[in-house]
Amino acid sequence: MGTPLKGRVWCVGDDLDTDQLIAGKYLTIIDPELLKRHVLENVEPRFSQEARVGDLLVGGINFGCGSSREHAPAALKAIGLGAVVADSFARIFFRNAINLGLPAVEAPGVRALFQPGDQAEVDLERGTVENRTRGGSVRFEPFPKHLKEILEAGGLVEKVRRELHPPAPGAAP
Amino acid sequence: MSPAEALPGASSPSVRSPGGGQTLAEKILARACGNPSVVPGQIVVGQVDLAMAHEQGAQAILPFHQMGAERVWDPERVVIAIDHWVPASTEGAATLHQMLRHFAKEQHLPHFYDIGRHGICHQILAENGWVVPGDLAVGTDSHTNMLGAMGAFAVGIGPTEYAAVLATGKIWLKVPPTLRLTADGRLGKGVYAKDLVLRLLGEVKVTGATYKAVEFDGGTIQGLSMPERFTLCNMTTEMGAKAGMVAPDERTFHYLEGIAKHSMHPVVPDRDARYEREVHVNVDDLEPQVACPYSPDNVRPLAEVAREHVRIDQAFLGSCTNARMEDLREAAAIFRGEKVAPGVRFIVSPASTRIYQECLKEGLVGVFTDGGAVFTNSSCSACFGGNMGLLSPTEVCASSSNRNFPGRMGAKEAQIYLMSPAAVALSAIRGEVADPREVL
Ligand code: SF4
Repeated sequence: MGTPLKGRVWCVGDDLDTDQLIAGKYLTIIDPELLKRHVLENVEPRFSQEARVGDLLVGGINFGCGSSREHAPAALKAIGLGAVVADSFARIFFRNAINLGLPAVEAPGVRALFQPGDQAEVDLERGTVENRTRGGSVRFEPFPKHLKEILEAGGLVEKVRRELHPPAPGAAP
Repeated sequence: MSPAEALPGASSPSVRSPGGGQTLAEKILARACGNPSVVPGQIVVGQVDLAMAHEQGAQAILPFHQMGAERVWDPERVVIAIDHWVPASTEGAATLHQMLRHFAKEQHLPHFYDIGRHGICHQILAENGWVVPGDLAVGTDSHTNMLGAMGAFAVGIGPTEYAAVLATGKIWLKVPPTLRLTADGRLGKGVYAKDLVLRLLGEVKVTGATYKAVEFDGGTIQGLSMPERFTLCNMTTEMGAKAGMVAPDERTFHYLEGIAKHSMHPVVPDRDARYEREVHVNVDDLEPQVACPYSPDNVRPLAEVAREHVRIDQAFLGSCTNARMEDLREAAAIFRGEKVAPGVRFIVSPASTRIYQECLKEGLVGVFTDGGAVFTNSSCSACFGGNMGLLSPTEVCASSSNRNFPGRMGAKEAQIYLMSPAAVALSAIRGEVADPREVL
């Protein structure tokens, strides 16, 4: 988690619920590679086509509210986003994102800092989000150790796998 | 020793544990993670006492295997209760059920409430004593909060996380600050726990308790039955809360007598506990409430909305919020000898098979069906717009459930009014949103 995340910004508004991230009619799709084609399709139709690996999604307050569907962060992760940064998150979305290895960064005031297409730099260690296009930055509380470990492992599945099956001593790292 | 004797603090609030200053949520989480105390914001890893899954649990099976887990940590602590599509109404649902059946068999999970002994997952946990005071319980459904009424910390989680719990028995949690909601006074005739929680929702709003634990307290709460407390805690989910809870007391222990599935570790909040926010209401003058479209916090006095003659197409008496015996009896008392208004459907769905059977014994099935209601098998039924009882874009529904967001019961334009079971019954008779006090 040492190197700051740098990427182009996509913006959405307050109270973006999981239905808007992935509509209910796609819930029978489990494969994230298929799901990602429909992410945000009614809000920002270009997103699923044009978002690139490393881009950042910036939201307002209560990002990811509504139903607890894990499909929503799974689709965002499949896009390859570096992080979702928002003024605040709904609880279950935040957990689901972290558990899938997608950094969900709660940085109050961040939405007002960005316009679509700006370049951002997110430093998870120091707890800063900076607008590299227009200047200005906001601070956030860096992730506590336990959450860092989940993110570093790439998600909860890998973290638990390593705990259940620790590499043999002397094995290559 | 009865569980109540094990808990001096419950009956005489002056007896508090040393150390002090902790809320109910903090005390339960401290025990779960083996610390003497915890503070809000701290990340803890807690030992889970009960892990419940419904259909969404099927999505946990793949990550469970990807984790390299071979066995569920403790099959005695895992309950699977399918409820959303019972019996399966789509091929997709049939597949999810089948995946869970295979998994339960392969993992030797004895507590699988399959079709035939089914019910809404939260009701299955409650009526079988699966969650007891002091527990840390998790479930794959956002309304797992309901079980906090047992004096437990009960929280909804996603499927990947559920897989980790199955594999390890543990979960990471950020200790939430607590919002204390106190109510004093007596609920009047035709005013129910549902009206109280709607009133509180109108006050704290749908994000008012995000990341927080909600602790209910006060004379009114102590006077409520367990089913009424279930209704309250159930709807803390609509406030954004991580958990909603009531400290355990004699009623809790009485309810769990003979059914508690594992040993209790009851705790009560300290007198000098620190709350992030406190909201107090006096219910002496509380009127029946209704949550209007399209948000559960869009709450108005029911009488006011009734005066506007809001026509309905469907009335739904069901869901984990309000479809227990007490709810069905209240509604039946109003509906007995009456008829559903012309052009209106009235769907009644008991919260569990056991409740269904009790309705048969007490003659309530006859009361409802004689008057033209559809009395269905127990399931989530019309609550979530994916199984049965869906609404067209121009339709309006009076419902005893917990959510009225756009699209919750079908078309996204359809309008849902949330209210008490008694109000739903009278609305079904009148064909418009109605105040039950008019006939009580
Ligand atoms: S009854 Fe409704 S709210 Fe309750 S678990 Fe079922 S779908 Fe969810």
